[in-house]
Amino acid sequence: MEVILNQLFVGLSIASILLLVALGLTFTFGQMNVINMAHGEFIMAGAYTTYVLQTAFGTGLITLSFGLALPAAFVVAGTMGLILEFTVIRRLYGRPLDTLLVTWGVGLMLQQLARDLFGAQNVNVDAPSLLDGGVTVGGVSLSHPRLFIIGVVGLVVVAIAIYMQRTPAGRRMRAVMQNRPLASVSGVRTTRVDRTTFFIGSGLAGLAGVGITLLGPVGPTLGLAYIIDAFLVVIVGGLGQLRGAILAALALGMASSFIEYNTTASIAKAGVFLLIVLFLQWRPQGLVVQQRRGLAS
Amino acid sequence: MNRPIRGERRHGRRCLAVVAAVVVVFATGCGSSDSDSSSGASSSASGSTIPVGILHSLSGTMAISEVSVRDAELLAIEQINAAGGVLGKKLKPVVEDGASDWPTFAEKAQKLISTDKVAATFGGWTSASRKAMLPVFERNKALLYYPVQYEGLEASPYIFYTGATTNQQIIPGLEFLQDELKVKTLFLVGSDYVFPRTANKEIKAWAKAHGVTIVGEEYAPLGNTDYATTINKIKDAKPDAVFQTINGDSNVAFWKQFADAGLDAKKLPVISVSTAEDEVRGVGIKNIVGQYVAWNYYQTTPGAKNEAFVKAYKAKYGADRVTDDPIEAGYVGVHLWAMAAEKAGSTDPEKVKAASKGLTFEAPEGKVTIDGDNQHIYKTARIGQLQPNGLIDEVGGSKEPIKPDPFLKTYPWAKGL
Repeated sequence: MEVILNQLFVGLSIASILLLVALGLTFTFGQMNVINMAHGEFIMAGAYTTYVLQTAFGTGLITLSFGLALPAAFVVAGTMGLILEFTVIRRLYGRPLDTLLVTWGVGLMLQQLARDLFGAQNVNVDAPSLLDGGVTVGGVSLSHPRLFIIGVVGLVVVAIAIYMQRTPAGRRMRAVMQNRPLASVSGVRTTRVDRTTFFIGSGLAGLAGVGITLLGPVGPTLGLAYIIDAFLVVIVGGLGQLRGAILAALALGMASSFIEYNTTASIAKAGVFLLIVLFLQWRPQGLVVQQRRGLAS
Repeated sequence: MNRPIRGERRHGRRCLAVVAAVVVVFATGCGSSDSDSSSGASSSASGSTIPVGILHSLSGTMAISEVSVRDAELLAIEQINAAGGVLGKKLKPVVEDGASDWPTFAEKAQKLISTDKVAATFGGWTSASRKAMLPVFERNKALLYYPVQYEGLEASPYIFYTGATTNQQIIPGLEFLQDELKVKTLFLVGSDYVFPRTANKEIKAWAKAHGVTIVGEEYAPLGNTDYATTINKIKDAKPDAVFQTINGDSNVAFWKQFADAGLDAKKLPVISVSTAEDEVRGVGIKNIVGQYVAWNYYQTTPGAKNEAFVKAYKAKYGADRVTDDPIEAGYVGVHLWAMAAEKAGSTDPEKVKAASKGLTFEAPEGKVTIDGDNQHIYKTARIGQLQPNGLIDEVGGSKEPIKPDPFLKTYPWAKGL
């Protein structure tokens, strides 16, 4: 029983990390159909933002610098996304292959930039003492960083849901996603909506970067470890679907946790891929499908 | 302003297909499209300079470790040039990026040999990269100096192994666990490739002969970032100690998550053979303090040669940089080749090989000698413990250089490996 509860928590934790890195993509890839291979590098930018703030504030103020890193990373990565959208991506709408190659190149350039700025070695980001260690409840060990990430993801999901459902900007975003020409003729400035969407999506990647510093290495190639998982979550969940992404992240997290416990980490990676391939055979559109109001089918 | 209307759902499908294709490419081998940073120009040994190759991963998951070794090799070349070069000629380094991708190592090795006409190549880190380069160097009868500890069971006539083989690192590490920490049960954790798997095979043979029980064995792919399940399995198995052979970036994830699970050196000692001072900088010392490592050199190793080496390295690359075992072994490799070429009066690989037999060098780790039979070097085993300042203090080991025995011929328990 303890084993099952422990692995349930691990699964939930993996799911929260997957969702955190994929949330940004549900905007840029899911809603705008932009395959942004530099998404991982925005995650890296968020992680390095934490490092820069921590270095600037010194070791005495780690909690403060970490708290500040959350909004700062959102803005830094969001701005990078905005620049990318303005300079490159808006010229390539509707050309997915070109976008893919160009953003992949941009990703490589950003990696090299990080290497030049911060060195090829990993840098150390200390967790605030509040987030050190963990607690054990009924034989289940809950580590503080993992609980923190689960909490952050929960808050972000709620914030996104409110933004999309309750604000005018969110409504415009949904309108453009469901039917771009109709939204356009109804007076929605689609270019501007695209730009906002891209800012939020990239900013969420930065936020993910802050969370990841608690668990893993912070180095120039950090993004590569997460980009594939992020795309998988969005594809399995269904394009542009917040609900789908949550379900997909949970399913993938639990699957890798339990497969790994009963086999090995390598087999779990392959096993999850196999499950995804089989699932997409059965349901190529993903878990949740967007209802579109349009004649195109 | 008119913008092209996108083809809605059909378009989405195509997106999916494209992404799926990319995902597959990624999963099978990532980073291979990284460009190299070579100086490119080719010149042969007959000119006024002697080209030498440096081939490490400067990008990808192994860059964290290998970039520092490249730096050490460039430092050695600079020092040799400052002292007049080799055979009156300056050395010209040609740097290539192996990109953490094993076939790329083989391609770049061939390029260094046939296009750049290098006299020798210094490079590699993972055993997978060395295994990929081995046939290239043997086929071309060219020399490779490999600077990292490895799993043994190999002795190519065209490779000089300046890092430790099993009996100079892993076996002393196991003996330390049994003799000093009184370990009776052991859990093995490693990255999923040739070094950890072979090393663990040897560890299991040793354990069987020495009354130590192996209670678990786990592997995760290189670059793995989530060790929660592995750590749960370790907790379930309740071993006396963990023998850790994780390489590259994953070390950071392992140590951070190990500490967050409420484990430390007092509750569960871990001995690692792939975490050195350079990796510790990215891990954060509080996550790893008190744990053990097995190597042949630490930045704190006493001696005037080491003081000079550490000083020169920091002067060239910054006071915040640290030296460690593979960095030192890379540095030693360049010096050993230069001495052998000088002694042979030629950079011809066969002559350099002949001149290398029994060659000695006062290295930062102490006096090293090349074993004429297997081209490994005599090294002193040193067991270290992580200190709060991020450096490693020696707490055990062999005290004197051990003869390299890559095939473990002198160990009865190793028969049949």
